[in-house]
Amino acid sequence: MLYRTAGQFKTSYQADQALFPVRQDAVLLAIILAFAWGGLPLLASEFAFQTLLIPILIYSLAALGLNLLTGFAGQLSLGTAAFMGVGAYACYKMVTLMPWMNPVVAILLSGGFSAGVGVAFGIPSLRIKGFYLAIATLAAQFFLVWLFEKWGWLYNYNASGAIQVPNLTMFGIYVSGPQADSRVQYYVVLAVVMLMTWMCINLTRGTLGRTWKATRDMDIAAELIGINLMRSKLTAFAVSSYVVGVAGALFVFMWRGAAEPNLFDIPLSFRILFIAIIGGLGSVMGNYLGAILIVGLPVVLGTVPEALGIPISSATVEHLNVMIVGALIVFFLIIEPHGLARLWALIREKLIIWPFPH
Amino acid sequence: MDGAMRTYRNDEKEGAVSDTGYITADGRQIGGTLMELRNITLKFGGVVAIKDISFDIREGEIRAIIGPNGAGKSSMLNIISGFYTPSEGELWYKGAKRPPMKPYEVARMGIARTFQNIALFEGMSVLDNVMTGRLTHMKAGIASQALWWGRARDEEIANRAVVEKVIDFLEIQAIRKTPVGRLPYGLKKRVELARALAAEPSMLLLDEPMAGMNVEEKEDMSRFILDVNDEFGTTIVLIEHDMGVVMDLSDRVVVMDYGKKIGDGPPDEVRNNQDVIDAYLGVAH
Repeated sequence: MLYRTAGQFKTSYQADQALFPVRQDAVLLAIILAFAWGGLPLLASEFAFQTLLIPILIYSLAALGLNLLTGFAGQLSLGTAAFMGVGAYACYKMVTLMPWMNPVVAILLSGGFSAGVGVAFGIPSLRIKGFYLAIATLAAQFFLVWLFEKWGWLYNYNASGAIQVPNLTMFGIYVSGPQADSRVQYYVVLAVVMLMTWMCINLTRGTLGRTWKATRDMDIAAELIGINLMRSKLTAFAVSSYVVGVAGALFVFMWRGAAEPNLFDIPLSFRILFIAIIGGLGSVMGNYLGAILIVGLPVVLGTVPEALGIPISSATVEHLNVMIVGALIVFFLIIEPHGLARLWALIREKLIIWPFPH
Repeated sequence: MDGAMRTYRNDEKEGAVSDTGYITADGRQIGGTLMELRNITLKFGGVVAIKDISFDIREGEIRAIIGPNGAGKSSMLNIISGFYTPSEGELWYKGAKRPPMKPYEVARMGIARTFQNIALFEGMSVLDNVMTGRLTHMKAGIASQALWWGRARDEEIANRAVVEKVIDFLEIQAIRKTPVGRLPYGLKKRVELARALAAEPSMLLLDEPMAGMNVEEKEDMSRFILDVNDEFGTTIVLIEHDMGVVMDLSDRVVVMDYGKKIGDGPPDEVRNNQDVIDAYLGVAH
């Protein structure tokens, strides 16, 4: 009943191609956004900001970037963390070389460097596919992390070899560094993630998105109907790496506060790949659901038993977390390869026709 | 037979476009040469798939390529759509010699095709599949697309209108939002035709459009092919095994066997060609 679409008529193609052709979707999203902007910041504690809200948003954005490449354009990549690193280091260099720069502008620009590097490492995709391409992107993963370690200029020759986020202000308010307030950082992250998500939705439902999906589904047919496969794949690498790079800059500047090269190692790449798979390849919303699950699960496992008075050691929590995430991945690969987003789509489809079966 | 051939190929000079056309049995005026294949040979290593074949395709006609299995028909279509580059020979299109090209460049010159085994994009809806056929007409930049503003939005709407016309024409309105993977075979074939038509091609290549269809589906598809030709004036080149369909639909037929051309002309003439009869009924080679 809540999702009844009867009576919502479209009289123009523009109305049919609107972002939310079904009114209930728009209402639902408006409620979520109002809660995210107004409700959560009032309710959440410092702990919730740091362990849940900010990381969920950043991981969602990184997974969205990966999803553009793997889910929409069909090019498997295992180098996500390294591209996040490129974004983070580029942002660090920009704000230390040009301290007057607006930090949000720096974060948005740093994605550009990541996009350039992504295109360079995307060139093998013109020749190889599937697992072989995944191995080629692993080369990016290893090479870039090695570069973050060895190229002193990148971390301003710090003795520690790590980058430390400086205190940066925007309109007189600290947005990054030790003095920044979590609530402010949350708002910055939320704004950037919303902007990027909106643009990604537009790209995936437009010409470029169709080009990518055609390349993914059947590349020979795509070429014969007039798609330049080289352009299609390289734009996918560029846009995906851009989004991932912005996520990487947010990751370090708005959340971690400092970064060592090994932060961007393979485990992070896999973590983001898991979010994209559990959330649903080829979906935008799935990344958020996946991130909520993957980031939220350890927090829930760590706090709920304690609150209920069940004695459980932190090592056990760690093991439980690995086991549950592993089981979930196997479950989704077998039962629902399209992930949580597909589950939601099925529920929505059922709600629209409920209480009738057809 | 020789005399009959001559009336169709009245101009063999280099680069010249013969524009005298002819009138079909059912009274349609066929225009000048749209494409001319000259002495095409295609080799895969030591295997000669096509041996020195020449024929022309005229504007507005329905041209069939027939022949037994392995005769080289699909290879011929692949040469026209740029998927294979001929080992020898020239291909003239719209009065100019066509250099070796990538398939996507050929598609942008107004040559669209369907495939023997359905090659739709399974993960997309019917509407999106047909919209991919319009990609060659969409030029908006990435910024405009990301913001869904200006040129990108205007193009989406304008091209959607064109696509809806094609959807109307092929009577697939009811399934426009259905994912292609859920459709039955016959409808998939129709969606594939819609995708090719959405490009508004000057030349449409159909690789066995009726393979695996039942009689009603074949009748529907035949009617669509005739309507496309009649309404949009699209030149159609088709490969088909169903002789009844070929003889009814096409204006002129090229017959291939073992990579060679053994006949070329109107259906009635080809039907009585001794070489063609031999190829189909089988004689000792």
